[in-house]
Amino acid sequence: MTDGQNDRSLEKYRRMQRIRQFEDLAEAIHAQGEIPGSLHTYAGQEASGVGACMALNDTDYMVGTHRSHGHPIAKGAKLRPLMAELLGKATGICKGKGGSMHLSDFSVGSLGETSIVGSGVPVAAGAALGSKLQGNGRVALCFFGDGATNEGAFHEGMNLAAVWALPAIFVCENNGYAVSTPASATVPVKDVAERARAYGMPSIIVDGQDVDAVEAAVAEAVGRARTGGGPTLVETKTYRYADHAVNMGRILLDRGGEVDEWRKRDPLTLYRAKLIAGGTAAALLDAIEREVADEVADALQFARDSAWPEQAEAFDDVFVDRLPIPDFITA
Amino acid sequence: MAKATFLEAIRQAQYEEMSRDERVFIMGEDIICNVFGTTTGFVDAFGTERVRDTPISENGFIGAAGGAAMVGMRPIVDATISSFLYPAMDQIMSIIAKSRYIYGGQARLPLVIRSCLFYGNSNAAQHSDRNYSMFMNVPGLKIMVPSNAYDMKGMLKAAVRDDDPVLCFEDSTCWMSKADLPDDPDFLIPLGKGDIKREGNDVSIIAIGGAVPLALKAANDLARDGISAEVVDPRSLVPLDKELILRSVRKTGRAITVDPAHQTCSAGSEIAALIAERAFDALRGPVLRVATADTHLPFSPAIEKALYPSPERIVAAARQLVGIRQPENA
Ligand SMILES: Cc1ncc(C[n+]2csc(CCOP(=O)(O)OP(=O)(O)O)c2C)c(N)n1
Ligand SMILES: [Mg+2]
Repeated sequence: MTDGQNDRSLEKYRRMQRIRQFEDLAEAIHAQGEIPGSLHTYAGQEASGVGACMALNDTDYMVGTHRSHGHPIAKGAKLRPLMAELLGKATGICKGKGGSMHLSDFSVGSLGETSIVGSGVPVAAGAALGSKLQGNGRVALCFFGDGATNEGAFHEGMNLAAVWALPAIFVCENNGYAVSTPASATVPVKDVAERARAYGMPSIIVDGQDVDAVEAAVAEAVGRARTGGGPTLVETKTYRYADHAVNMGRILLDRGGEVDEWRKRDPLTLYRAKLIAGGTAAALLDAIEREVADEVADALQFARDSAWPEQAEAFDDVFVDRLPIPDFITA
Repeated sequence: MAKATFLEAIRQAQYEEMSRDERVFIMGEDIICNVFGTTTGFVDAFGTERVRDTPISENGFIGAAGGAAMVGMRPIVDATISSFLYPAMDQIMSIIAKSRYIYGGQARLPLVIRSCLFYGNSNAAQHSDRNYSMFMNVPGLKIMVPSNAYDMKGMLKAAVRDDDPVLCFEDSTCWMSKADLPDDPDFLIPLGKGDIKREGNDVSIIAIGGAVPLALKAANDLARDGISAEVVDPRSLVPLDKELILRSVRKTGRAITVDPAHQTCSAGSEIAALIAERAFDALRGPVLRVATADTHLPFSPAIEKALYPSPERIVAAARQLVGIRQPENA
């Protein structure tokens, strides 16, 4: 392994660790009531997001979903504004107005983590269209779940991207379920990837627990997109460990021993073993884990120390100019 | 009669109507797993042909409910959160609302589209819609927004038996409120019949959905100030019980509408216009609107709550209308 490759591998490991530790902490403080609203965690799917984002340039675009804490982290976002957003603080990446379902950091290329299932696909197609018209060589990558591929917006966005040969990469993170419903009950083809054929679009199925494999698959798609070859559908086979949303007590989905089975192929454990087998010192990986733990703790402290947004903030950003504040608020 | 929650009222209404009429079936996302508890035991009772999990494809399955209704079925669609109606706007607005009309009465669409108003709990702007007023602006859709479990049960049963499309909006702030629910299988509350939730003489508070409990609380507080407030619950917005509202306002001479929707073009605004047009001579002051501010709902709990109607805002509006009186015991 050359040093360059090793740096890259360690960076992938670091980003996966960031996501896992961020999610573990978020879940814990959500349980204590420190994070309001619902929380859809990404733990288990880290290799998918990190592999995909490592195949992108910093200036490339990315669109996410309701389950997108991992995506901005994978793309290199700083943790402090993300954690502050989860707590609804003024220093949050969306000034406390978006919350868990919208951890969107535009500084790393995000164009939104949108909580309406399927709604990001046309956005990514549009960003890819913009790149094409501007001739800037950027690509747009869209993350979405298996369930989202049943929405009209998915099919319309895919078709548009294909027929206009847009520089887009559609990454379906197939974790097997949409809330309680198994993909097999709602998707009539065996693999989501098959859906690309209807749009004359190439597709790749990849082991979503293997960060290197995901990176290679997405890199192939990115290469095609950047050279005028049009979009690709990449299906990462992966799994979420937590319930659909961690505060949804009524979701009585019993997944049996499935979670434990998938944990045996935990993306972080697998990668750690692979790196060690390739000659990386375990101590180096331990050090990364400790550094990340400090980073995540620092993000939480920052979030806790941050101020709440001012009430007037609720009237800003609807339009470019702040809306007038109604009398009953000022009174 | 037994006390039960709003959600349980929905379950009972659906269960009774599905038992009574084989043409009634229910579908939606994660119905079988039963996220909110309104289909408990349904698969065992009715089987998976009549209790259907759908793909996440609202335009598809809501449109399909319209098609099934046209051929004699009576579907109930559980669209979960009202924000998810938007992907289905095409089918709701262009097909479901208009088919009967454009085909000169040849089509009949007896279906119910249920969804909840999921606001007030840091769900952020994409999940917090209170959007019934938007649907009032297109003819052809009946719209109900009940405020308690009793009304919910009777109205939902009536909606299932109605031969027109009905949108049922379920205010999640009312989910856990309880009422005695009649077990008469033909307990029905017709759409278009409002209800006086509290009688009074000084001011009419016309409140919608989750605003009704707020108005009742405000009326209590106002009574301590010596102001007697009447709380009018239209219960359904289309058809709207205009006479009930106008009668109340003619009696009190003052009107406040309270609506959890954003103020502009809200149901409360429509009712205010109705009052101004038809009861102007009886009014002793302007019709006031207490509604949600015309901005999106933010995630942060620090700034979300103040944007909605509250008992305090209703009390302030009533005092303004009546002319501030000192509390009698002050
Ligand atoms: C249009 C729309 N319909 C329904 C929902 C409710 N909902 C939120 S996430 C979800 C499941 C999504 O499944 P999938 O796309 O596989 O993503 P995953 O949660 O598995 O990551 C559903 C039904 C929604 N947010 N938007
Ligand atoms: Mg899924």
